[in-house]
Amino acid sequence: MSSELLELTVAQAVARIAAGEVSRREYAEAWRERAAGDDLNAYLLRTEDGAGEGEGPLGGIPVAVKDIFCTEGVETTAASRILAGYRPPYTATAVRSLREAGAGVLGKTNMDEFAMGSSNENSAFGPVMNPWDRERVPGGSSGGSAAAVGGGLAPCAIGTDTGGSIRQPAALCGIVGLKPTYGAVSRYGMIAFASSLDQCGPLTRDVADAALLLEALQGHDPCDSTSVGIEGGAGGPGREDLKGLRFAVPAELGGDSIEPGVREVFDATLKRIEGLGGEVATAPLPHAEHGISAYYVIAPAEASSNLARYDGVRYGLRAERAGDLLEMYESTRAEGFGDEVKRRIMLGTYALSSGYYEAYYGRAQRVRTKIAADYAAAFEQFDFVVTPTSPSVAFRLGEKTDDPLAMYMSDFFTVPISLAGLPAISIPAGLAEPEGGGPRLPVGFQIAAPAFAERRLLDAAHALEGEIGFDAKPGGDGDG
Amino acid sequence: MIEREQVLHVARLARLRLSEAEVEKMAGELSGILEHVDRIGELDLEEVEPTSHVVALENVLRADEPRPSWPRDVVLEQAPDPAEGAFRVPSPQAE
Repeated sequence: MSSELLELTVAQAVARIAAGEVSRREYAEAWRERAAGDDLNAYLLRTEDGAGEGEGPLGGIPVAVKDIFCTEGVETTAASRILAGYRPPYTATAVRSLREAGAGVLGKTNMDEFAMGSSNENSAFGPVMNPWDRERVPGGSSGGSAAAVGGGLAPCAIGTDTGGSIRQPAALCGIVGLKPTYGAVSRYGMIAFASSLDQCGPLTRDVADAALLLEALQGHDPCDSTSVGIEGGAGGPGREDLKGLRFAVPAELGGDSIEPGVREVFDATLKRIEGLGGEVATAPLPHAEHGISAYYVIAPAEASSNLARYDGVRYGLRAERAGDLLEMYESTRAEGFGDEVKRRIMLGTYALSSGYYEAYYGRAQRVRTKIAADYAAAFEQFDFVVTPTSPSVAFRLGEKTDDPLAMYMSDFFTVPISLAGLPAISIPAGLAEPEGGGPRLPVGFQIAAPAFAERRLLDAAHALEGEIGFDAKPGGDGDG
Repeated sequence: MIEREQVLHVARLARLRLSEAEVEKMAGELSGILEHVDRIGELDLEEVEPTSHVVALENVLRADEPRPSWPRDVVLEQAPDPAEGAFRVPSPQAE
């Protein structure tokens, strides 16, 4: 019985629980048992309230929550040594919203420290393994959430996406990941990385589940003045065709940087769009290629400011070493932060420092304007912009740890959309052989839409998902 | 190229103590990243307004109503060194 329960999508489980066919205790217990067998290092801790309370659209659903969301009385570290042992006095609005919809928290998932990374190798508590191949990364920074859902250790999860941190790991783990429009979901209680970019969203098995979670998560929150919610809500996707919809492929979509296997799946997916009645054409997005440059100035600049709060005074780690106040700050931050976090604090501090501010931060903000304008122009003629989610399938653990810039390039297709604040979804589109050979791995297809057009985005993704019929599972040789 | 002296200066601004090995590595890595970032220097951005935020919101205000803040003991519970209802820190004076 319990293994059959684990096969249900969230929408199916909610229906069966609501109909009284399955008890929420039984369902939650099955997941708790499954999560306890985590052999991917996907969870940092598991909680006891998985079944949730009360009726609601997510009644009885245990959700895996990225450890960047504050949970009252439950350790929240953002996978950083500097927050080891921290028990927040309050709960993030996103988690409260899930609970109000009847869901519970199954556990807190591993991640790149402070959400900085694309491989989950920057966690202070060890890397997460990809459920499809344990020698490969699950992507990041929401790698624990993606591996938990992809590896069948959770029915669904939430994560955060600053430059691709939901979409890229979703792609690498063969699941659906949605980054909502900036402002759709409250950031209150979400440990800040880059405040003008950070956004919470769902990681799920299918598009209908993503819509279900988004509906619960979205909305205005008086505690986050930038949250506005989605007018009319997220809806439930129902569309089965793509007639009358126009899909843009960026004219500048580089051929060289995309793995041949990924390119093949991408092209096959474009054919499927046409098969469903959608139109595919190229559109110029000339500034998207500068996304990585602008992002790796803007995000570290905001991070260097946000992370100034970790000083060993109010919470978290304080270095043992005696000395004066300045020495305490410097030692605490030296001991508490990992390499990538230090790198980004340095980069951000440099970009904001006197004499360099205009050359870096000022210019990056202007590039951001140009990128947003490119998308606005494309959306005058098209409904969506599509790309591969990631230029490659999951890479090997350790493959890019010595080359920060190569790691940053994993976000080539996700970052420009983040800078423009737009919603985008990654859906599994098939399997491809990694460069250098080996068993085939999941490939994600990314669809971006105009701001707050989540309903239309989910509808199209649902139709395309039905046509793709991705049913491969980790450990199997199934065809996607 | 980022020089060693610049790394040390920025580390001081960021309140980060870096080991000798970290300083060397950081100089190389930051140089590599900034070399890539410098490509935006080729773009003509003269007339372009900067974007600091994508949501068209300005001066969002809440009602000015008094409400209780966090109880002092709840907040101090997480502090590494609470004392007499406050956060205790080492002296700012070097000894």
